Amino acid sequence: MYADFDLVIPETLDEALEALAGAVGGGNGGTQPLAGGTNMIVDLRARRVAPSRLVGLGRLDGLRGIRIADGRVRMGARTTMSDILRHPDLAGHAPSLVDQARVFGGQMVRNAATVAGNICSGSPAADAVPALLALDAEVTLASPSGTRVVPLSEFFLGYKRDARAPGELMTEIAWDIPPAHSSNRFYKLALRKGDAITVVGVAVALAAEDGKCGTARIALGAVAPIVKRATAAEAMLCGQALTPELIDAAARQAVDDVDPIDDIRASAEYRRHCVHALTRRLVTQAWERLT
Amino acid sequence: MPTVSMTVNGQPAAGEVEGRTLLVEFLREHLRLTGTHVGCDTSQCGACVVHVNGKSVKSCTMLAAQADGAEVTTIEGLATNGELHPMQAAFKEHHGLQCGFCTPGMVMSAVDLLNTNANPSEREIREWLEGNICRCTGYNNIVKAIQAAAGQTGG
Ligand SMILES: Cc1cc2nc3c(=O)[nH]c(=O)nc-3n(C[C@H](O)[C@H](O)[C@H](O)COP(=O)(O)OP(=O)(O)OC[C@H]3O[C@@H](n4cnc5c(N)ncnc54)[C@H](O)[C@@H]3O)c2cc1C
Ligand code: FES
Ligand code: FES
Repeated sequence: MYADFDLVIPETLDEALEALAGAVGGGNGGTQPLAGGTNMIVDLRARRVAPSRLVGLGRLDGLRGIRIADGRVRMGARTTMSDILRHPDLAGHAPSLVDQARVFGGQMVRNAATVAGNICSGSPAADAVPALLALDAEVTLASPSGTRVVPLSEFFLGYKRDARAPGELMTEIAWDIPPAHSSNRFYKLALRKGDAITVVGVAVALAAEDGKCGTARIALGAVAPIVKRATAAEAMLCGQALTPELIDAAARQAVDDVDPIDDIRASAEYRRHCVHALTRRLVTQAWERLT
Repeated sequence: MPTVSMTVNGQPAAGEVEGRTLLVEFLREHLRLTGTHVGCDTSQCGACVVHVNGKSVKSCTMLAAQADGAEVTTIEGLATNGELHPMQAAFKEHHGLQCGFCTPGMVMSAVDLLNTNANPSEREIREWLEGNICRCTGYNNIVKAIQAAAGQTGG
């Protein structure tokens, strides 16, 4: 049996921030937040983590839900994958985020798994992250001394290392509603369709201006220590009218932007091949919708 | 030690647990509701599925204290007056089980499916059951049982 821990389940955000404020160091011990538990409890049972105290977020209803207003989508940290699937308006402008929720775990995991838990798990295979990076999301981090907003593209510092200070809680994930002439897509490649860990995840968001590609964001999952943007590939697309040759060249560039490993699911070489093929496919699909 | 209280199968249930006590342990060891099974320790098999506030969750992946105040339904809560729930009857009729180990979780997932989508396609049924693993049946009769419970012919 794994070691027992103190469990506190605060009623308000302020209480939660106070309870977390004593957190030292982070890592595998100390005080940690508990959201849906789909990583945390599995890690506890496997003795990969041994916190002395968990702060359950389950009563913080203000941290759950999706609000779309004034050109911005604001998602509470505790919003679950099922909440994303049920939302009536999200599929219209963030199909990439909805599509990842559809292939996320099985339905019971989707009922529990939260967006912030997915981001803060630090897994390079975390499925919500590529779509959120391609949407250029920002995250809000809160502590008793105040809040700060960090672009998701600057949040991940290295394998399982991120920009949170000890005790900081993620409260919100937000992004601008993509402009009218834009398109975003996500694809998860895994060894089987259902309930499987991602081998390669790719999200692409393009916006067109006067027949050219105005902005391009490409985010790649499970092919580097962190989920990351393929910025050199993006730069090749910006300001250009996209042709099959240019898309293929950018997709090849994306392979140079990643650093995959061999593991039980796939070889590094196969992952590189898939980064090329999937980037090319998704950029092509997104561009076709714009022209 | 945290005290938890919840409604389980329509009855109030309370107890003292440790922080680390899982919901499935509370159900099986404190309440002696052993219909909910534990088939793995990695949150993969789905034998432990119960409904918390009407939605399927893996009770091995939730602390008992996280269900404090919730409405919980387990496999024991489906039958009424000794009469099998239509989903249980359909599993029996269509050989949706062999050893029965996965069955409580399968049935609870399937009941949630029909509550959510009264007339699912075969594909929707199979996708819904992605988190429930069965080592015996090959799933075909499980799908047939759910189709029959949904009132679809040819099940
Ligand atoms: C069977 C199964 C299938 C799965 N399938 C997938 C899949 O398809 N794709 C995928 O990406 N993942 C998958 N996962 C992993 C997991 O479900 C997700 O990463 C999930 O989003 C984690 O969210 P949670 O709310 O359960 O987090 P928790 O387990 O509660 O927490 C995870 C980590 O984040 C921290 N944390 C949580 N909330 C906050 C916050 N607001 N602020 C700061 N830190 C926080 C916790 O302290 C902990 O370190 C699967 C897991 C299981 C068991
Ligand atoms: S016991 Fe296997 S998923 Fe819960
Ligand atoms: S009937 Fe034996 S595991 Fe499903």
